[in-house]
Amino acid sequence: MRHRKKGRKLNRTWEHRKAMFKNMAQSLVVHGRIKTTLPKAKELRRVADKLITLALRNDLPARRQAFKILENHGLVKKLFDEIGPRFKDVPGGYTRIVKLALPRRGDCAKMAIVEFSVSGEKKEENLEKAEETAAKENTESAE
Amino acid sequence: MANPKKRTSKSKKGMRRSHHHLEAPNFIYCSCGEATLPHTVCPACGKYKDKQYLRREDNE
Repeated sequence: MRHRKKGRKLNRTWEHRKAMFKNMAQSLVVHGRIKTTLPKAKELRRVADKLITLALRNDLPARRQAFKILENHGLVKKLFDEIGPRFKDVPGGYTRIVKLALPRRGDCAKMAIVEFSVSGEKKEENLEKAEETAAKENTESAE
Repeated sequence: MANPKKRTSKSKKGMRRSHHHLEAPNFIYCSCGEATLPHTVCPACGKYKDKQYLRREDNE
């Protein structure tokens, strides 16, 4: 019986699920924002929020636990030195899920974007840049 | 095998199927003026709550 066993199975064996969420968590740390299906996004929160909690603990055991998920010392360093400190005074809710209106072509799966809720300054710049180019393209297409 | 005693009339058939219609999706107008689904990133301008989420080439 699955009484009170939380979490989605996503039609995968637990090894497959574990490997998949490791991959997704690694991508999230690398890119800061990833696009995936809505159910996967919602499950990824459990992994990603835990990583931030580890980063906030910021001791050797925490680093080793994070390494078990990220499997890359560079990524652990990035998580603890760049991403973690941004959440110093944030009371939880470290990830944000934004739903996309267009479903995936092929299987019509609902898509979403997962990102860390506090973005670095560098990313804000990128966003503004993207905004400018999008605005430019909009005016171009209007012409 | 059990069988229907009477053929289903056009009227009965129609009454049964009166609920078989599709629901129209709820939609809102984005700040860019395009119709879009509520609580989602607008596919036309790539914005949600005044934040840019999609670039042009991300859109399918």
